[in-house]
Amino acid sequence: MAEHVTSRKVYFLVFAALLALTLATVLVAEVDLGVFNDVAALTIAVTKALLVLLFFMHVRHSTRMTALTAVAGFFWLALLIGLTMADYASRGQILPYVAGK
Amino acid sequence: MASSPLVDPHATQAHHRALAHQFDSLDQQKESSTLGMWLFLVTEIMFFGGLFTAYVIYRTLYPQAFALASHTLNVPLGGANTAILIGSSLTMVLAIWAAQVNWRKGIALFLLATIALGATFLGIKSVEYREKFETHHVPGPSFHFVPESEHVKVTDPQLERHASIFFSLYFIMTGLHALHMIIGIGILAVLTVLAWKGKYDSEYHNPLEMTGLYWHFVDIVWIFLFPLLYLLGAHAR
Amino acid sequence: MNTTAAAPPVTTTAETAFRRPNYLNAAYGVRSWLLTRDHKRIAILYLISVTTFFAIGSLFALLIRLELLTPEGDLFQPDTYNRLFTMHGVVMVFFFLIPAIPAVLGNFLVPLMIGAKDLAFPKLNLASWYVYNLGGIFTLWAIIHGGVDTGWTFYTPFSTHYSNTYVIATALGIFINGFSTIFTGLNFIVTIHRMRAPGLTWFRLPLFIWATYATSVIIVLGTPVIAITLLLVAVEKTFHLGIFDPALGGDPVLFQHMFWFYSHPAVYIMILPAMGVESELIAAFARKRIVGYKVVAFASIAIAVLGFLVWGHHMFVAGESIYAATIFSVLSMLVAIPSAVKVFNWTATLYQGSISFQTPMLYALGFIGLFTLGGLTGVMVATLGFDVHVHDTYFVVAHFHYIMVGGTIMGYLGGLHYWWPKISGKLYPAFLSKLAALLVFVGFNLTFFPQFILGYLGMPRRYWSYPPEFQVLNVLSTAGASILGVGYLLPLCYFIWSMRYGKDSGDNPWGAVGLEWDTTSPPPTENFYTTPVVTHGPYEYNREEVHNRMSQEVTLG
Repeated sequence: MAEHVTSRKVYFLVFAALLALTLATVLVAEVDLGVFNDVAALTIAVTKALLVLLFFMHVRHSTRMTALTAVAGFFWLALLIGLTMADYASRGQILPYVAGK
Repeated sequence: MASSPLVDPHATQAHHRALAHQFDSLDQQKESSTLGMWLFLVTEIMFFGGLFTAYVIYRTLYPQAFALASHTLNVPLGGANTAILIGSSLTMVLAIWAAQVNWRKGIALFLLATIALGATFLGIKSVEYREKFETHHVPGPSFHFVPESEHVKVTDPQLERHASIFFSLYFIMTGLHALHMIIGIGILAVLTVLAWKGKYDSEYHNPLEMTGLYWHFVDIVWIFLFPLLYLLGAHAR
Repeated sequence: MNTTAAAPPVTTTAETAFRRPNYLNAAYGVRSWLLTRDHKRIAILYLISVTTFFAIGSLFALLIRLELLTPEGDLFQPDTYNRLFTMHGVVMVFFFLIPAIPAVLGNFLVPLMIGAKDLAFPKLNLASWYVYNLGGIFTLWAIIHGGVDTGWTFYTPFSTHYSNTYVIATALGIFINGFSTIFTGLNFIVTIHRMRAPGLTWFRLPLFIWATYATSVIIVLGTPVIAITLLLVAVEKTFHLGIFDPALGGDPVLFQHMFWFYSHPAVYIMILPAMGVESELIAAFARKRIVGYKVVAFASIAIAVLGFLVWGHHMFVAGESIYAATIFSVLSMLVAIPSAVKVFNWTATLYQGSISFQTPMLYALGFIGLFTLGGLTGVMVATLGFDVHVHDTYFVVAHFHYIMVGGTIMGYLGGLHYWWPKISGKLYPAFLSKLAALLVFVGFNLTFFPQFILGYLGMPRRYWSYPPEFQVLNVLSTAGASILGVGYLLPLCYFIWSMRYGKDSGDNPWGAVGLEWDTTSPPPTENFYTTPVVTHGPYEYNREEVHNRMSQEVTLG
């Protein structure tokens, strides 16, 4: 298994992109976009995380098993948050005094 | 079969100094440790994931208190810390790059830079923590929260209670994150010494890669913590 | 007095067996054990630790059953009783049931079954044993100082605000123990992925490996969540932060969500390895390939995945939204499908097999019956309407004991009896061991079947006294528990006895197939004399080579 050597240029580009995105997320948060503030913040965070995962953590050049492991981790986290949320989101339908105060 | 002699499984193979007995080759060893490290990171995702779940639920239940409490966090310091942590990730990958191109001194130098940036992050974090103690924003008996908003000016007991949940989560999440960084810095310190002694080269630098994965993961946690904790109330000003 | 009806005669005499190098005589002295990296020795260390905790947990069970012999609370104060059932649950769940099969049988067998020299990370494996014991010491410390009374579930706000018992020490003990479980699971996944012998493709793996793999996936994905949850409880209790505190607007049901996200899949951490053992036993003693091998293999994975989607069925009456409850109810019933598939396939494997009723097979057959009952009552309590009536009654207690004791412990004991000759190179008394298997089966049913009736009649769990009309069934239950206790003590005695006085077992007393039986018993430290090359699937009892090899061994003897 020959190891893939990423050039320094790629690393510096990714670094610059991450800094730019950090600035972007701070600036976007200053504007009131309603729910889209959350959407924008999370989109930027996910993009940054993907950049770190793919380039700094070398997922781009790793085995499928590694990529699958990473995906499984985030997928299971989504299950935990999603199914828990399913309870809270639908609670107010019957018990309005529990949710959303 | 039972009568065959006990043969030394390594007798016929070139034996690298870093090859453990249970593996057949360095490649197999490296693939195994990479998978093992990623599985460990998955446990870390789920560990922090429990906290993120609590955050998402309470944020949904008490959006106003969370926005107002978030507003009191210091965005410039948090933003600077984000940049510093991203920078430390850069120096970390450059340490591995130095190993790949056999620049042995470079490995130690980049690791030292990573440690320095990590320590700076923790320093800034402690300044922020002190600020929270001074403003009585640490949950507990002396907790006190008056929102700095145009809409809500008086002390609202219910809002104050909900804000204390935000600050509890803030301290636990950033505290555990800082703990991970302290552990990371400890490991990096050991690696720096070993790198200085010339233990790593283009052929063998597995510990660097594994520590790098850990360090970048800690970076990713912060990438999510920063907008969720600091920026959520920014426009509520 | 010994077993082995269908087995080929022993190939070596007692003297040669012990001159032969094996993992037991490779080195001597306490140091050689405490610093070992050998997965087989670590399995023995785990066997000792796990058995100790099983004994402690059983002692609590015994005291609970003694108190419930009479309707009045005459043996203990109610407070003491609360601590008894809590400590019983904590010790049994976290320190026995979860590590039992993976850490003992899994540790011993995973490298042997896949033709590897050791697990991928031997030091991590040893560390996991030390961490396990460290967690155990925390918990024992809490027990000695007065115990915990929250129930093994640590529900808030009782655990965080009202209980003045050793919640923090116990929670930390479980937190630490979680690391040990994760180390083991992580080690198994990497080992199974990266260290299989040449030719050993995924569909040539024994079903025990598939089950262990699925278990490890649950361990890696679930355990961190209980760790953070209990950490939050400890932090909230120590620093009075509000995370789950209703007085501050916190939601105790959120604790329950996070707790059961791990603790429900934890049931599958307990039962899946037992299912894996079951597949090995059924194949070996019916002399047949498991019917629908691939389906059984994928059923393990399906259980692991679906098991993560059902945790909400523990909160049907806790204020969960009825919409979420409906979804969780449906998903819970889905888990019954892969579980039932396994039961059907084991039963189909028995059909027209040449069955021999050796001791391990008795446990295997008992497992099928008890697990089926536990599983079917599981579907009952997953039903929303029914659960409202039996929630927090002895019906639920009986249901999960049928899974955990009737399933996991039957599988664990069956596996120990099956692989004991591999582990020790010795045979245990056949008659006595069959008697013990019978006592366990009868004692178990006598203990827990009456509890189904008690629960259905409305006796709530976790009370130290009860109305007099429930006494007959409770006496039956306590009587059954005594028989069960004898059934557990017997194997402990004759296993220890066999190590010194047991007959030499030979390499393969059952005439079983599988890589673990291809090496000597007990195996050498490096497991195999030469790296095995695999050319066929598991359980091929009909293959010509197997027949030839068996007859060859006969002539060698």
